[in-house]
Amino acid sequence: MSFLPFAVAAWVLVVGLYGIVTSRHLVHLIICLSVVQSSTYVLLLAIGYKSGGSAPVFADQPPSPRAVDPIVQALTLTDVVVGTTVTALLLAVAVQLNKRHGSLDPDDLHPLRG
Amino acid sequence: MSASTRRTVFLIAGAGLLALLLYSYAGLPDFGHYRGPYGDILNRVSIPERQATAVVSAVNFDYRAIDTLGEEFILLAAVVGVATLLRRLGGEHEEEPDDETTGRHVPSASVATGVAGLGVVGPTVLIGLYVVVHGHQTPGGGFQGGVILATALLLVYLADHYSTLRRVGPMWLNELAEGLGGAGLTLIGISGLVFGGAFFENVLPLGSMGKLLSAGTIPLASCAVGLAVSGGFALMVSEFLQQTLVVRSDKGSQQK
Repeated sequence: MSFLPFAVAAWVLVVGLYGIVTSRHLVHLIICLSVVQSSTYVLLLAIGYKSGGSAPVFADQPPSPRAVDPIVQALTLTDVVVGTTVTALLLAVAVQLNKRHGSLDPDDLHPLRG
Repeated sequence: MSASTRRTVFLIAGAGLLALLLYSYAGLPDFGHYRGPYGDILNRVSIPERQATAVVSAVNFDYRAIDTLGEEFILLAAVVGVATLLRRLGGEHEEEPDDETTGRHVPSASVATGVAGLGVVGPTVLIGLYVVVHGHQTPGGGFQGGVILATALLLVYLADHYSTLRRVGPMWLNELAEGLGGAGLTLIGISGLVFGGAFFENVLPLGSMGKLLSAGTIPLASCAVGLAVSGGFALMVSEFLQQTLVVRSDKGSQQK
């Protein structure tokens, strides 16, 4: 049971990649990329967790050695923000691609056209 | 390559990747048995050294503030990229948000949506500001609060009309917030270099734990990031809305 979160992280990554490889729609592909990225959230938070741990916030509880690692949580926060901005940028690219080619199917996009 | 060949190739490669990932993760310390000393040290020293009770924020805005600065510039670059990609191109013009059939205006939001939406705009702004300024004490900080603040702008759009959104949150204001936030965070970093000995050194008085004005530069950095994130996200959302509602091709509507 103690391996489950790591297995989930690996599974989410591979499932997201499967979605990217078989995608027939660019928006779907971009969402799949977000799925791949969310596997890092699971992995980071799993690494920092302690059994029976508490939040690394000591506003209403005394500092205790049971508090989980704050660094991986800060990294996850960074990751979420960067992920959102990358998604927005890719969606903007998809909007312009649709305008130029009239299609959002990755298979319709040939490098020498346009 | 046909779709089924591609799928087959990936299934083989993906199974290999999954096996390798699981093998490598198996070498990590067991789940729930965190070993590294770094996190524990920060949990111990955050209050004595910085008077900050939210250690995650202390990491983001002080101990590893240089990472946040880098992230801030990623946000800036992405916002500039979105604004550039979604600009009005040659062969396009902007028009009032109308239905595709001329003369039919987009129906405005129902009264119920309008009242409920506008009613929660104020509380949303208040919660956003609260989360930003209390980042050093409770869970939250500039990133979370900034996103909440950007949501308030979307609520205005939901509750009323695109033109109202433009009036209360014009593009220049969003750009200004994004720029000022990024510049503010950089200046906080440089002030550490000027008045202390290192980039992002915490040079302000620390005050005492639990007070709003405590933890030195942490709340300031949180506010700068909150400004940048709210401006950046509002700008990105506005660009997408503008693209969907206002920008039209000169040749009439080829796409729906």
